[in-house]
Amino acid sequence: MGKRVAVVGFGQTKGRSSRKDVNGVEIINEAVVAALADAELTIDDIDAIVIGNMDHFEGINYVDSWSVEGSGGVMKPIFKVTTGGTTGTTVAMCAYYHAASGMFDRVLAIGWEKNSESDTTGAIITAFDPVWERPNLGGAIAGLALEASKYMDNYEVTERDGARVAVRERLHALNNPYAHLHQEWMKGMEVDQLVELLVTSEQNQVLAYPLRMSDMCPRSDGAAAVIFASEDVAEKIAPIPAWMVATANRHNFALAGDVDMDRNTTMASASKAAFEKAGIKEPLKEIDVCELYLPYSYAGLKWMEDLGFCGYGEGPKLLWDGVTDMDGELPVNPSGGVMSSNAIGATGLIRVGEAAIQIMGKAGTRQVPKDVNFALATGFGGCYWADVMLLGKKKPA
Amino acid sequence: MENNAQKKDEQELLTVSSGEMFQPYDWSVGKFGSKFLHELKENKKLFGSKCPKCGRVFIPPRKVCGQCYVAMDEFVPVSDEGEVYVCAIIQFGFVDPETGKQRPVPYGYAFIKLDGADTCLTHFVDSVDPEKFKVGARVRAVFEEKRKGSLMDIKHFELVD
Repeated sequence: MGKRVAVVGFGQTKGRSSRKDVNGVEIINEAVVAALADAELTIDDIDAIVIGNMDHFEGINYVDSWSVEGSGGVMKPIFKVTTGGTTGTTVAMCAYYHAASGMFDRVLAIGWEKNSESDTTGAIITAFDPVWERPNLGGAIAGLALEASKYMDNYEVTERDGARVAVRERLHALNNPYAHLHQEWMKGMEVDQLVELLVTSEQNQVLAYPLRMSDMCPRSDGAAAVIFASEDVAEKIAPIPAWMVATANRHNFALAGDVDMDRNTTMASASKAAFEKAGIKEPLKEIDVCELYLPYSYAGLKWMEDLGFCGYGEGPKLLWDGVTDMDGELPVNPSGGVMSSNAIGATGLIRVGEAAIQIMGKAGTRQVPKDVNFALATGFGGCYWADVMLLGKKKPA
Repeated sequence: MENNAQKKDEQELLTVSSGEMFQPYDWSVGKFGSKFLHELKENKKLFGSKCPKCGRVFIPPRKVCGQCYVAMDEFVPVSDEGEVYVCAIIQFGFVDPETGKQRPVPYGYAFIKLDGADTCLTHFVDSVDPEKFKVGARVRAVFEEKRKGSLMDIKHFELVD
């Protein structure tokens, strides 16, 4: 086994639909400066950098060297990692592995995206197989609508169930100054009233039946940076470091048409492996808070089942019972999640950073009202692949 | 005057456009892809490849079964009829990055499990009626008159009553 590793610093930009005041290199710099300040470190303390985004959103294919002035990577080892939607969590994993290797004590993980610089649907299509998928693919919105059709058919799930997830995410986002979407008009309204509005309002247009606008994540400009430190230095940097307890990632299918739409098999397998390693037997009881990569509403139902928080088809009950609200047994996405901010290459890393600050007690107005011993972060990408990272307050044995 | 001077300092934030960028490619489809496209173009027939270990039939055909990690060498015919596995009715407009043209919305989009195959073909369906076009609906391939050796030699799928 390698060295034990913890998150000791986190910085992010405020999600926005367009940040024309900065280019990619500059938005990266904003997040890095914030993370260094958070950890009370300087760039000289950083031993290596892992950076990632989705190249085709900006059309810049050599981000590692292109961004060196913003990332702080001048004359340092830099590694670029790009795995689609999971990029941010994979960047985090690679930074963790670097620190765990014993070869680097302080590793800076960076994820960023400027979705405003291209058409997101078009760019996503170019990430898929050119011969067998691109000719008829409809980007993430179409692909996720397909999954929703199966889940709704399997378990008689309704549009109201999906809308309830959207309401949770957007209400939580109101507590997060970094979230892109702040739907102030929701303040003070009852959950039932909000759900009713979302499923009946003509303004809430259908994008790809059965998905409406409110069921989807926005497209954002943003960047995030997380500092990982080995056990040799972590406790000197952070009073309460967020320790890496277990990670797992899984890939299964190559082509979209191969995917088993009944279950999210990669999320199930990765989370099972991580929980086993951590000795977690009852995830709902033992995990205190989640920052999950839920790119659309129905993922907040079906994938909760795949993560083992409830039985198959029981996602809606868990949700409507309020279990996943801020004051519930398992608050999910206190940040407002992906459905409130989605600068894609940053998104997974923000999940890890947000999970870490819940453990460190630094989440401010979005800090969950309970002790946090275990926090779960996930990433989701492309052809249904999954990253899972479990963070904990207690230094692993 | 002072206000104008301030305004002058606040320059408009600019973007620079890539222009009509286009980079053509010639993608190899290999022996398996070539067989599929040839049969589709010449004979309006669909073929998959069968794994010698798990017996699953993959469409489009390919050399390796990733689950068993063994080579496949058997082509098997697959019906041009099948069942809607998952579906969506696309209503948001976007520019298709492959053609540079707006996709005509609304349109039906589905993963189709053809009879005799274990994986799905992703394609258009010529229905936008959620009462008829739904999970489990039967569909049949409609072929283009002039075919050029591409997945889109299947024009779309149509609902079968």
